[in-house]
Amino acid sequence: MRPTAPGAVFAVFAAFAAFAVKVVKAVTAVNAAAAVNAAAVVLAAAGLGWTGWQGVTEPVVALTFGLMVAMGELAGRRAGPGEREPAPFGAASALGYALLGANAGHATAHGFPQTVAVVTAGVLAGAVPRVARGRGPALGHAARRIITVAFAAVCVQPLHGPGAPAESLATGPGCVLALLLVLVPTALCDAVLASLLLRPGTLSGGAERTGGPPVPFGPLLRDELRSLPGAGCAVWATGAVMALGTAVAGPWALPLCCLPLLLTQLSLRRLTAVRTTYRQTVASLARATEVAGYTPHGHARRVAALSALVGREMGLSGFDLTVLEYAALMHDIGQLSLVDPVPAGATALLPAPEQRRIALLGGAVVRRTGVPSAVAVVVERQAEPYREQPLPARIVRAVNAYDDLTGDSVRSALTALERLRLGTAHDYQPEVVESLARVLRGGLEFARPG
Amino acid sequence: MKRIPGPARAYILCAVVGAGVCALPALRPGADTPWTAVALLAGLHALGEMPGRRRIPGRLLGESAPAGSGPFLPVLFAAALLLPPAGAALAAVPAALLGHVDRRPAGARRAWRAARLALAAAAASGAAALCGGPAALAGPALPYALVPAGAAVLACCLAVTALDGGILATAERVPVRAAWRGLLSRSLGPHLLHGLAGLMAAVMWRSAYGPPAALLVLLPVYLSSRVPARHHREQRAHRCTVRALVQAVDIKDRYTGGHSERVGRASVLIARELGMDGERLEVLRIAGILHDVGKLGVPTRVLRKDGPLTPEERRVIELHPEYGHEIVRGIGFLGEARAAILHHHERLDGSGYPCGLAGRQIPEAARVVAVADAFDAMTSTRSYRRARPVHTAVEELRRCAGTQFDPRMVRALVRALERHGWEGAVTADEPAVPAQPPRGRGGAPAPPGAASAFRHRRGG
Repeated sequence: MRPTAPGAVFAVFAAFAAFAVKVVKAVTAVNAAAAVNAAAVVLAAAGLGWTGWQGVTEPVVALTFGLMVAMGELAGRRAGPGEREPAPFGAASALGYALLGANAGHATAHGFPQTVAVVTAGVLAGAVPRVARGRGPALGHAARRIITVAFAAVCVQPLHGPGAPAESLATGPGCVLALLLVLVPTALCDAVLASLLLRPGTLSGGAERTGGPPVPFGPLLRDELRSLPGAGCAVWATGAVMALGTAVAGPWALPLCCLPLLLTQLSLRRLTAVRTTYRQTVASLARATEVAGYTPHGHARRVAALSALVGREMGLSGFDLTVLEYAALMHDIGQLSLVDPVPAGATALLPAPEQRRIALLGGAVVRRTGVPSAVAVVVERQAEPYREQPLPARIVRAVNAYDDLTGDSVRSALTALERLRLGTAHDYQPEVVESLARVLRGGLEFARPG
Repeated sequence: MKRIPGPARAYILCAVVGAGVCALPALRPGADTPWTAVALLAGLHALGEMPGRRRIPGRLLGESAPAGSGPFLPVLFAAALLLPPAGAALAAVPAALLGHVDRRPAGARRAWRAARLALAAAAASGAAALCGGPAALAGPALPYALVPAGAAVLACCLAVTALDGGILATAERVPVRAAWRGLLSRSLGPHLLHGLAGLMAAVMWRSAYGPPAALLVLLPVYLSSRVPARHHREQRAHRCTVRALVQAVDIKDRYTGGHSERVGRASVLIARELGMDGERLEVLRIAGILHDVGKLGVPTRVLRKDGPLTPEERRVIELHPEYGHEIVRGIGFLGEARAAILHHHERLDGSGYPCGLAGRQIPEAARVVAVADAFDAMTSTRSYRRARPVHTAVEELRRCAGTQFDPRMVRALVRALERHGWEGAVTADEPAVPAQPPRGRGGAPAPPGAASAFRHRRGG
């Protein structure tokens, strides 16, 4: 008996509605991640309980997919930080099980609860080595996986099973279209979850001196959505292929279906490696002014980290954020052409024409590096009045001035902010200064113990 | 651009004729070629080739087919499993004709590529048919379809290897013994990966879900084939940034125009002579380019000073290897190059700086860069003296081998110079700084010790 009677479906939808309300309420608070985790725990417990009570249907298929999920999670654990989907094979396998409607030509009868139960078991099994190494469970990651799979399993209900509304569609070429209709909302749901879970992570990330308030939800979601057409797309397509392949050829198809994704992942991994060394080289170039004694130790890094936080707070994301970060790292590079260093490297205290000259020299160096030309533009125009600057240049200017003006103490931070506020008529954009103040205030509150 | 040698022409012609013979049965009246499938697969294949239009040039006349570049192989294998040999050959042709050719003569290259792909596809399809491919695909029994797929991969690999070796021997004049070496082992892995993806696409194509499901299989492959272009772009940007580090030194110290690049080149010459290859060569090139990056840490006033340096100023300048090490500390991939930057002023007798290492204590890379650095310093013109001829510089290096330089590195450099020569030894100086015209050194031999000690090590 298929445990997806209308009553069960209704109960699931009710649970989702309650969950959605919870999420909407929680989005404004910092504890959105906690709400997601709680919802996932409830779902997983319900799924495991129901399956335990009803027994497992088609244990071979369930075991195969559970193993694939666990192995995917295991393999993904070694993925570098910063990748949107740390365990692509786990994600694809879990999605495949949710979308699965047949096994080697015979309709399957695993319902929504068993899907959740199998994926939960796989994710937990995959997390065992991590917990054993004492790194603590990645709760957010597991929660995201479970809720996304549950969502997909609910969305796919109209396609599968005897008497399902779109059953005829699900057995012909139109099936791909139908699956796409399921995949798009699922991908959106996953992106929302990922950005919700990422948000508290931005609290302590980035700067050491400033923690910063949680960044707005919008830019994070935009970043997630941007990654969908690339790597995300491959994962979702592979999930669908796993479901269809198993329907045609049985569990044998699973490893074969993973191969195209493996190709994508290998290429992307190489790309990530190149990007990492590239970033390191740019950072080294930025440190040259420090080693040369033109700027105080750590200045470029601090300005870059604080600029990134302010940029995020003001809603920048993706490429714009990268441009901002590179420009902030290299904003002082023009000082290398000075025969004698500026006292303490504080360009903010120089006369305006001199500042502009150094900025132009810096832009000339940056243009010779391989970074996008937008970065050179920001470096060149960092010393102009804010009304003539692009937004990243405004941010770099204000943050650079703040770092030049301040030491490490709270008192001088306040004095520096006061001086920036006095300069908002001409030099610094008031909105940027206020955003900086908010970031700093959050950082101070965050840094304060207790 | 170069002309195609005669044997290569004949070889390409043979390949084209062979491909034509393979494709002919499909065009014969009465042959029931599944034209829809051929057209669909050919279109897919051509589409997969599209992002390759701005891709990195293949090294050979045709393209070797490493993973992630070259022809959109999974479609080729799907076609080989789904179509008879003649149809598979036809389906491979449009992609090869439409693909981007970066070197002239484009026509001959296109023809060669199309013939090569068509022959490979026909071979793969024939092998799959021999092993019962169509029958295996008709039933739902996937494990059995692995046999024809494996046969197709093997046949395709063998065909491509045989054809590529031939073109290497005829067009690139690679000795016949060496032409086929390593081709098969290099191509087997990527082909197998793509072949299994192609099998999955073929299974989906034949299933109730039809070609759209096959598209879903190919989508991740398509995405992965787009990555190398980005990869290449990022790498180029990265190289520019490494150069920018050097140019930042040029801003401060206007003597060194081009010196860093040449030291990089000389280091590679020595390293290749010592039998290093691949990664290590690249690391040594970067070590040579970046060896003086620490001069960023030396005050500009000292670097640009004319006239003899005070002992104090010399000490400051001798800090530059340590500054350089500090600057590149954060760059992960440099590895050995970091040690080379730190120790390139050590001397074999232990009287160098910064650590006073002697003999084998000095890292190998540092010994290479030291010789390359001294050689270029002697053979290039500086504002305070003229360039010396290469043979004088070599004499000088030989004289100091054993006390200052590692004799092995000096011998390697001499051998490399005999083999490849040395161009670009004399470069014009950067135009003199208007504010500080070079005084007191023009044409005269460098003053003993002092300033010359950091720009290059003269023997003795």
